[in-house]
Amino acid sequence: MPRSKEVFWWSLFSAGGVVSAFFFPATIIITGLAVTLGWVTAEDLHALVQNPLVRLYLFVLISLPLFHAAHRLSHLTIDLGLAHARRPSAIVCYGAAIVGTLLAAVGVITGL
Amino acid sequence: MADENAILEVFRYQPDQKSEPTFQRYEVPFHEEWVVLDALNYIKDHLDGTLSYRWSCRMGICGSCGMMVNGDPKLTCSVFLRDYHPQVMRVEPLRGFPVIRDLVIDLDDFMNKMTEVKAWMIPKEERSIEQGEYLQSPAQLARYRQYSTCINCTLCYAACPVYGRHTEFVGPAAIALAQRYNMDSRDGGYEERAETLFDEHGVWMCTFVGDCSRVCPKNVDPAAAIQQAKVSATKDFYRSLVPWGKRRTET
Ligand code: SF4
Ligand code: FES
Repeated sequence: MPRSKEVFWWSLFSAGGVVSAFFFPATIIITGLAVTLGWVTAEDLHALVQNPLVRLYLFVLISLPLFHAAHRLSHLTIDLGLAHARRPSAIVCYGAAIVGTLLAAVGVITGL
Repeated sequence: MADENAILEVFRYQPDQKSEPTFQRYEVPFHEEWVVLDALNYIKDHLDGTLSYRWSCRMGICGSCGMMVNGDPKLTCSVFLRDYHPQVMRVEPLRGFPVIRDLVIDLDDFMNKMTEVKAWMIPKEERSIEQGEYLQSPAQLARYRQYSTCINCTLCYAACPVYGRHTEFVGPAAIALAQRYNMDSRDGGYEERAETLFDEHGVWMCTFVGDCSRVCPKNVDPAAAIQQAKVSATKDFYRSLVPWGKRRTET
């Protein structure tokens, strides 16, 4: 199938967009507002992240938006008229997202 | 009788006489009910017969009178002098295309793209005349109808910043029309179109600026068609990975 590999990256981009749009605000409310306003305590949150499902959620929350950002940033080369830089910029951007994903995986597994 | 004049600055390029383009200023009678194309016709008939431009229907149907008016792609038969007057109107050929002469652009690239994406019906099943028409329900028609109203005016290409920088991009109208046939229940050409539509110069080059949909005089919404095509390519890709996944022939 001589089709572009972009379909794979685009799927991560669009999933990352959904995560950023829906789950980020909820997470920000919980970690940023709810704790500050005293609705939940930091200890509650700490207990919460011991749950494997919550860790999985955090992993998805960190990883997919990284791919969203990588795709958007590497497409800047198109917007800026630098099509020849498309490949190198894709390597840098997606590379950074992959590294970030690996770090997130290590983080949620070891509980760092 | 008009008692005031409207002013137009018109892009002139006559390669047989001058290698550089210039702007020429014309004064035409201002009439409330005149469209910009009427002013160009007045210039051609009364002031300067050498001005070249395309037009035909004067009613937003043929798609041939597209030009930049004060920097924005417009059908000149659909915008009025009163929309701009007393501002000077700067009329230029549609952006992003090679200019043949004055306001006349070269459409070869666009025409080739329509051929590349096979913007025509590729019937799912051949039917003989005796077998009768290809029937379709109103709901099936509704799925692609919006995209089928494209008049090939190429205003969307003039608006698209990606096409402006990279003419290899298949571009808004060709993708919208490919999508129009892909979504047609009578069509079976999805696979044939996919190679052009989903290669690296296809839908993925779109960075979703959305200006194509803003300027489209027929509300085709090519930007939506492009995003929809991306989603169907993605679904197909994941379906092809699982053994029970069946590739759909329409989106
Ligand atoms: S999609 Fe709209 S702007 Fe583009 S060619 Fe068709 S009618 Fe014109
Ligand atoms: S002259 Fe036909 S669309 Fe304007």
